Amino acid sequence: MHAQQFRPHDRFVLWQLYIALAAVFLGVIMGFFQALERMNIDLFKVFGFASYYQGLTLHGVLNVLVFTTAFIGAFLTYVTMRSLGRPMASYRLTALQFVLMMLGVVLAGWKMLDNSSTVLFTFYPPLQAHPLFYVGLVFVVLSSWVTFLNIALTVRAWQRDHPGETVPLQAFLSLVVYLMWFIASLGVASEVLVLLIPWSLGWVERTDPQLARTLFWFTGHAIVYFWLLPAYISWYTMLPKQVGSKLLSDPLTRLVFLMFLLFSVPVGFHHQFVDPGVPVMWKTIHAALTYAVFFPSMITFFSVIASLEMAGRARGGQGLFGWILKLPWNDPSVTAQLLAGIGFMFGGISGLINASYNLNQVVHNTSFVPGHFHLTVGTGVFLSYLGISYWLIPALTGRKLWQPRLGVVSSWLWLIGVSIFSRGQIAGGLEGMPRRTWMAAATYVLDAWRIPNMMTAVGGTLMFLGAMSFFTVLLGTLFLSRERVTVTMPVADIITPPEAASPIFTRQLGLWVAVLVVLIMITYGPYMISYFSNPAFVARGLRVW
Amino acid sequence: MPIERFEKVFIWISLLLLEVFFVAVLVAAFFGGIQLPAPGGLVDPEQLANTPPFDQPGVRQVGDGQYEVVMIAQTWQFIPGEIRVPVGSTVTFRITSRDVLHGFLIPNTNANVMLVPGQVSEVTTRFDKPGEYRIICHEYCGIGHQTMFARIFVEPTASETQARAQEE
Repeated sequence: MHAQQFRPHDRFVLWQLYIALAAVFLGVIMGFFQALERMNIDLFKVFGFASYYQGLTLHGVLNVLVFTTAFIGAFLTYVTMRSLGRPMASYRLTALQFVLMMLGVVLAGWKMLDNSSTVLFTFYPPLQAHPLFYVGLVFVVLSSWVTFLNIALTVRAWQRDHPGETVPLQAFLSLVVYLMWFIASLGVASEVLVLLIPWSLGWVERTDPQLARTLFWFTGHAIVYFWLLPAYISWYTMLPKQVGSKLLSDPLTRLVFLMFLLFSVPVGFHHQFVDPGVPVMWKTIHAALTYAVFFPSMITFFSVIASLEMAGRARGGQGLFGWILKLPWNDPSVTAQLLAGIGFMFGGISGLINASYNLNQVVHNTSFVPGHFHLTVGTGVFLSYLGISYWLIPALTGRKLWQPRLGVVSSWLWLIGVSIFSRGQIAGGLEGMPRRTWMAAATYVLDAWRIPNMMTAVGGTLMFLGAMSFFTVLLGTLFLSRERVTVTMPVADIITPPEAASPIFTRQLGLWVAVLVVLIMITYGPYMISYFSNPAFVARGLRVW
Repeated sequence: MPIERFEKVFIWISLLLLEVFFVAVLVAAFFGGIQLPAPGGLVDPEQLANTPPFDQPGVRQVGDGQYEVVMIAQTWQFIPGEIRVPVGSTVTFRITSRDVLHGFLIPNTNANVMLVPGQVSEVTTRFDKPGEYRIICHEYCGIGHQTMFARIFVEPTASETQARAQEE
């Protein structure tokens, strides 16, 4: 019915999806090269890269800054239109979000490939990248702000046409995700725009590395929820439909997302537990709120598994765990998301260790950390996005998924691979193996790291094979699939409707944003004021790679 | 808001669990003495040669079994690159970076702190077992990052050396 109106927007959605997938394609290859380094096989040199660290910069930036941001922008634009049953409010903004993303990727990609910006995805000063690297990242973030604006305008237009009604669930959740991200991204945006770009252009001689870290991590933890929540949108509102079940509660789902809105940002210091420039009191406050942000994921764990269990039992599953076997494991989209959930459980548990205040001293900046986040963003998020792509690409192109069985295999390879990889990295980290280090050339390797390094290489290779299976299915669908199909977005029926709860949980977004602003003022305000009374603008830019 | 009975129970258990974890961590920190690093002051990284204590990096005994180690991190070494302390010592490291971010990690201890130009990092740890320990830089600091480390030799005391010699 709306297909005609959606089509112009969908074209940009599809092309933005291609940017995302192209970015992660190169990012995954870099990851494979890194894994092989652990066995002293140096493919970086073979393919003409300047160093391990150039590859590591590409790996981080392409996977978690470009792939995620581009994918989320495309996916939630698509979701918002279907959920509200209307095209985006502004065609120009849909086009602009794509153009900015494209520009950003080209600029940042160029400056990474010419080795002028080998600063890793955290780009901590005083390592100084080429100004255009920062400008490229600014464009990527601007693209996400345009998406936010467009979604907000679209929801508002819907509200004008439906006075007094509750915004449909998926559009509401998409809006909350972007609202959270917009507020969170102000930290890194001010870091890059105010501190780094003028400094990299030579307008300012010295910068403050501690302040830059604080601004970076203001965004840096919330960003992981920006990646995760679109996967949660799929787990809550789409996966139940795909397995033949229902979503338990509309208002509870909204409440979970609103809790993420509140608690994603005021927890940034838990990435700076061992920073010298942050007093212990602030670290403690952020530690407490970090436990709070774990809580909505616990609710999600129950809700999503309850939906899945209902489906498994309805399909004749028996016993405590027997229902799991009855789920539609032959559907590549379902399998990807189920395995994403399994990986994410362990990711969550290991994250609780990182985030547990003084326990962090055991693992901070060791390979435990990449061990952890390859289970969260690297599996929970990544496999979910692949799972979504398995229906979204056919929906956008009208082409039937090519070789769905290979799609199922891809997720299994990834999960088995990441289990070995992360177990290795975690074990190495507990023995003090540092992260983001070219281990093959390290001059201080301990014996206890040998098996962890082997596991990293073997697991990483399996992950690479899994990802390549995905890309084979993708390319096959685009170029070899002849059968035309009409695929629509899965939307789960809901057992408890929004009207069952007080509107404070389902509608009054402004109130929640106000509480968030107060929380940020409490958790960052006094610290920032006292920091600015005596900042440390002492560091000149250096290029030491 | 209507919430299913089992889910309610699960929510309460989750809250309780997180509460217990947090309290355990706080007790360990504020009563058990396993505390995070606190700010150690500011310093100009370009003036280290004229700024005590960084004008004289090295080991100093500050009390019975108490040592202070002043250290500078720079691409891609720690200065001094080797230190010696007797077993059973409590050592406070005062470290700063001369150039980019570095890290400071002694595997199998609680010594783990970031080194940020302009900031002084402080970390205290106790060495109860003799042997060679390593300080490893755990933050990417450029092309030579993987070669940046220092050694700590924790030496047995005279009486222990004697006791061991007798055993043999």
